[in-house]
Amino acid sequence: MQEIKPTKPGIYGQQFGGQYIPETLMSELEKINKAFTDLKQDANFQQELHDLLVNYANRPSLLYYAKNMTEDLGGAKIYLKREDLNHTGAHKINNVIGQALMAKHIGKKRLIAETGAGQHGVATATIAALLGMECEIFMGKIDTDRQKLNVYRMELLGAKVHAVTSGSKVLKDAVNATLQEWATRCDDTFYIIGSAVGPHPYPEMVKYFQSVISKESKEQLKAKENRLPDAVVACVGGGSNAIGSFADYIDNPEVQLIGVEAAGKGVDTDQTAATIERGSTGIFHGMKSKFLQNSDGQIDEVYSISAGLDYPGVGPEHAALADEGRAQYVGITDDEAVDAFEYIAKTEGIVAAIESCHAVAYVKKLAPTMNKDQIIICTLSGRGDKDVTSIAKYKGVDIDE
Amino acid sequence: MSNLTKIFENKKVFIPFVVANDPDFDTTVENIITLAKNGADIVELGIPFSDPVADGPVIQSADLRAFKAGVTTERVFEIISEVRKHSDIPLVLLSYLNIPFKYGYEKFLKRCADLNISGIVIPDLPLESRDEIAPIANDYDIDIIPLITPTSGHRIKEIAEAASGFIYVVSSLGITGQRDNFSEHLADLITNIRKYTDVPTAIGFGIHTPKQATSMAKIADGVIVGSAFVDIIGKQGRNSETELANLAKEIATAIK
Repeated sequence: MQEIKPTKPGIYGQQFGGQYIPETLMSELEKINKAFTDLKQDANFQQELHDLLVNYANRPSLLYYAKNMTEDLGGAKIYLKREDLNHTGAHKINNVIGQALMAKHIGKKRLIAETGAGQHGVATATIAALLGMECEIFMGKIDTDRQKLNVYRMELLGAKVHAVTSGSKVLKDAVNATLQEWATRCDDTFYIIGSAVGPHPYPEMVKYFQSVISKESKEQLKAKENRLPDAVVACVGGGSNAIGSFADYIDNPEVQLIGVEAAGKGVDTDQTAATIERGSTGIFHGMKSKFLQNSDGQIDEVYSISAGLDYPGVGPEHAALADEGRAQYVGITDDEAVDAFEYIAKTEGIVAAIESCHAVAYVKKLAPTMNKDQIIICTLSGRGDKDVTSIAKYKGVDIDE
Repeated sequence: MSNLTKIFENKKVFIPFVVANDPDFDTTVENIITLAKNGADIVELGIPFSDPVADGPVIQSADLRAFKAGVTTERVFEIISEVRKHSDIPLVLLSYLNIPFKYGYEKFLKRCADLNISGIVIPDLPLESRDEIAPIANDYDIDIIPLITPTSGHRIKEIAEAASGFIYVVSSLGITGQRDNFSEHLADLITNIRKYTDVPTAIGFGIHTPKQATSMAKIADGVIVGSAFVDIIGKQGRNSETELANLAKEIATAIK
């Protein structure tokens, strides 16, 4: 199978991607696109990026052999790509370092970002502090309530956090608010989009900065096993960690790519965020992709226990990979994710983000169906400290002092 | 020459905006007729959208009221169909692109043509994506109204050259809603646009007083007033007629 290359810049497959955004922002997109094109070739930029990834973000992240899970599940060998061990505790830092350096390069002094669970907001606030830039984060009011710890972390790092009260008060509304803020102050402000979504060149840029995950995992597995994995599994909200986990394997058709979406209360219920399985093609947040929407094209309010996966769309490259059959997308419910949260904590001693536990839950189903000589790499996109309270609440455990 | 362009011949054009089905079907029909009778040259009708990223809180609230009253794309067309029984006021729709995309561009534009809709403003359709819908619109003699903003810069030439109907000139950065300060460079922006096209210009975003309308009409061919009317409907609901009529008359008089 061939890699799905954009047919024109920013177009994935036959139709996904593109640029659908107010004219006010188009000049900025042009500037960003030019900077991105130039900086990819710029040795100084690459050096600065590399230096921050290694000496600040703590890369490369471990490729950890999950011996206990492997033995317990009794099938394929399981390796965990430990993005949860990065500085700030998630894969988000990879992309944020890249975009913030770009922002500095084009003379911006202020960073804005949307965040769902808060991981992208924390990463953005972190890099803003490091580079001495102003930072404002937009987060749905429901998410500021369920992720209070991350709100506090962002404020500690010097960012201003806006609780967005419009719409359904979750991630998509935070994106709306950030786009509006960007349109108001695009002269001095750079919007760091946190996932592989938005108008071209954002999906391409985010993939570029996140592809470090698969570049490393490929080398690391080669060193350990001298071969490619049989399957790569990663959770998908907008899909930044998944596209980063898949990137270097897209040209290796023998490697199965599996994106795990948040099915919430179930793919067949209206309380779900399983976009590829339940959504349809539409145009929203700057891109043509798959969205959960009604027959009139009004975007649905979506649901997941995980604030980070609670998004009605998916990155355009994922829509194309799904369309062309290069990657499979499956749904995992809240119950299954919570079960996996406890499972990986007890078997491997790792408290992983509830987002990542969607991928772990699928690995629990997949590994036993595979042979012992096969290998799965599962990306742990983030750590789960932020989710402990939610999980306790879900289980009916009172941990308030 | 497009039907919309003709309206701009020999006069300054006044374009008020309301949201379809806000607060309900009948009131929208009455409001459009009221505006038509009180000096509107064109009425711009917004199709409510769940996530109107180019719009401020006033229009966002109107969209929510319209949803509460059960708006669908079909219902918007029914409202226009009802208006057409009483008035042939030129109409322009405002719609985010996903609405016609899901309805089907061909079907949507045919429906518009059948209801004598002259143009569509699509806030999330930049020049780069215009081909998505413009060729089909062209087949039905419907103008896709482009937007030019204070940040358009070198993009102005290409946007202006592709324009038909009129050009929606955005007064300032940000989102829709009343404001008191506009880009200082608006007159230059319009001079710049006129280097490349004879298609008329109408300024919108933030204009809410007759005095502002007067100064905008001095530099452009028309003015678009949205949030000020939507705000009246938000406050007066079904009893907006008198206030809408008064504001429309004042602005229509102010720009002549």
